Amino acid sequence: MQPIVSIADLSKTYATGHTALQGVSLDIAKGEILALLGPNGAGKTTLISIICGIVNASTGSVTVDGHDIRSGYRHTRSAIGLVPQELTLGAFDTVWNTVAFSRGLFGMPKDPAYLEKLLKQLSLWDKKDNMLMHLSGGMKRRVLIAKALSHEPRVLFLDEPTAGVDVELRKDMWQIVEQLRADGVTIILTTHYIEEAEAIADRVGVINGGRLLLVEDKDKLMAKMGEKQLTIELRESTEAVPESLANYSLQLSEDGTQLTYSYDVRGERTGITSLLQDLSSAGLGVKDIVTRQSSLEEIFVNLVEESA
Amino acid sequence: MNLHAVKVIYYNEMLRTWNTLLQSIASPVISTALYFVVFGAAIGSRIESVEGVPYGSFIVPGMMMLSLLTQSISNASFGIYFPKFTGTIYEVLSAPISFIEILLGYVGAAATKSFIIGVIILITAAFFVDLRIEHPFWMMGFFLLTCVTFALFGFIIGVWADNFEKLQLVPMLIVTPLVFLGGSFYSISMLPPLWQKITLFNPVLYLVSGFRWSFFGVADVPVGWSLAMIAFFLALCLGVVGWMFKTGYKLRQ
Ligand SMILES: Nc1ncnc2c1ncn2[C@@H]1O[C@H](COP(=O)(O)OP(=O)(O)OP(=O)(O)O)[C@@H](O)[C@H]1O
Ligand SMILES: [Mg+2]
Repeated sequence: MQPIVSIADLSKTYATGHTALQGVSLDIAKGEILALLGPNGAGKTTLISIICGIVNASTGSVTVDGHDIRSGYRHTRSAIGLVPQELTLGAFDTVWNTVAFSRGLFGMPKDPAYLEKLLKQLSLWDKKDNMLMHLSGGMKRRVLIAKALSHEPRVLFLDEPTAGVDVELRKDMWQIVEQLRADGVTIILTTHYIEEAEAIADRVGVINGGRLLLVEDKDKLMAKMGEKQLTIELRESTEAVPESLANYSLQLSEDGTQLTYSYDVRGERTGITSLLQDLSSAGLGVKDIVTRQSSLEEIFVNLVEESA
Repeated sequence: MNLHAVKVIYYNEMLRTWNTLLQSIASPVISTALYFVVFGAAIGSRIESVEGVPYGSFIVPGMMMLSLLTQSISNASFGIYFPKFTGTIYEVLSAPISFIEILLGYVGAAATKSFIIGVIILITAAFFVDLRIEHPFWMMGFFLLTCVTFALFGFIIGVWADNFEKLQLVPMLIVTPLVFLGGSFYSISMLPPLWQKITLFNPVLYLVSGFRWSFFGVADVPVGWSLAMIAFFLALCLGVVGWMFKTGYKLRQ
């Protein structure tokens, strides 16, 4: 299937000379939820800003729904909704006016019934006549989401949607994301939190220093995460792994005092019981046992450190 | 053409005026009245008439020009500077609209607002002095062209300015002095010969002169020059705006 967003070799060097993106290529499938993970300054916002038309790319190209973002900007921008990272809202407008403004700006005719539904869904209906400057931060975030959804976009960018947001709103937000996914909306969100990516994304991309380090199905990443390591400290060092333990593909440490065994926690049998039995039959005394899990966090940190 | 977008930008900008309606109407009325008291009554009692026009009437076109220029510039510059300053400009930049549509919305609204202020001044003035408009068609032409041109100029300043100081700089230090020195409240024939020559380098003189001609048929410079001057300035602003949009100057990095 043709991807809804296709990014090819995208780079951006700001006027300051800082290169914020380097050769990023990425295809995003229609209807998927993609989480972009990366530390501060990784280039997440820059990437989103280019696709949305706020920043000009230095080199490379992007198509959205089959149209180039430069030559076909009317088509691509109509299809896109953006919830920015910062709480950028006017001060003197009312909630209703600012959301209606967004809808018009994106070329859609008035539709009070749709806006009413949207505001209700975001628990903003009773605030519709409030001035924006009188809203709390969380409410402002909701208004930004309402603005982004006001023109019924098919691709939604959420730039750190849960920064500074309480549990309640976070739950609401995931509910909305689920609803949008059900409606076939493609969602790209950036986050610093791995749990967040784990919770809702179909795919996870890791970005650092302007480079896309990895894009993988979340399930595959989770499988890696499901792998656990059992480290067995031996009472006495051994020269080599005994023949009788060959099936376990154990790894022996340099000094011969530690054996490492990898297994899948979600497997039917972990094989730990039989391993321990076989160890004692082989005459190896066990001093201590430690298990360790490689988390997505760890995968992420490793990747980021490698690229640094 | 994304007419919905033009409409919402235009209405949004006009709404700002509406929210401060009293101030928007009261300030031109009060300042016009003040000008009549200061210039009309105090000075006008000494100068009977200028080139056959009573002094009180004579200053009306200049007074209007002063307001049109400063209001068009400040409205349009503020209109685009403010979203840039607060960051809400992201929405306009990410919307499916062309630069022409952005201009129609922002500059159209600023020009409309100063047009309304011009009309208010005209009506207020009519309470104080006798007004005749000899060339209503030309008067309307100069009136509209001035509103649009200087709203465009204000838009450019708003995009260029990256702090409030710069936003005030051009209107305060350049435009207002030029208007006062451009024969708004006098005819340059009242100046010493040297100053008459120097004043000819002031572009605002041509605007005021042409506008005054459309009222009373008297002018400091031939009316063709006035038209040429405003057409030139309009073309210049359009050129600069076109270049800004093409390069994304200070709007799109
Ligand atoms: N307008 C700009 N001019 C110059 N440099 C910029 C500009 N915007 C961003 N940068 C730089 O580009 C890099 C990437 O910034 P970006 O905002 O894309 O990061 P990010 O991944 O969104 O970070 P965060 O998680 O903090 O939001 C940073 O080093 C930043 O300092
Ligand atoms: Mg960011």
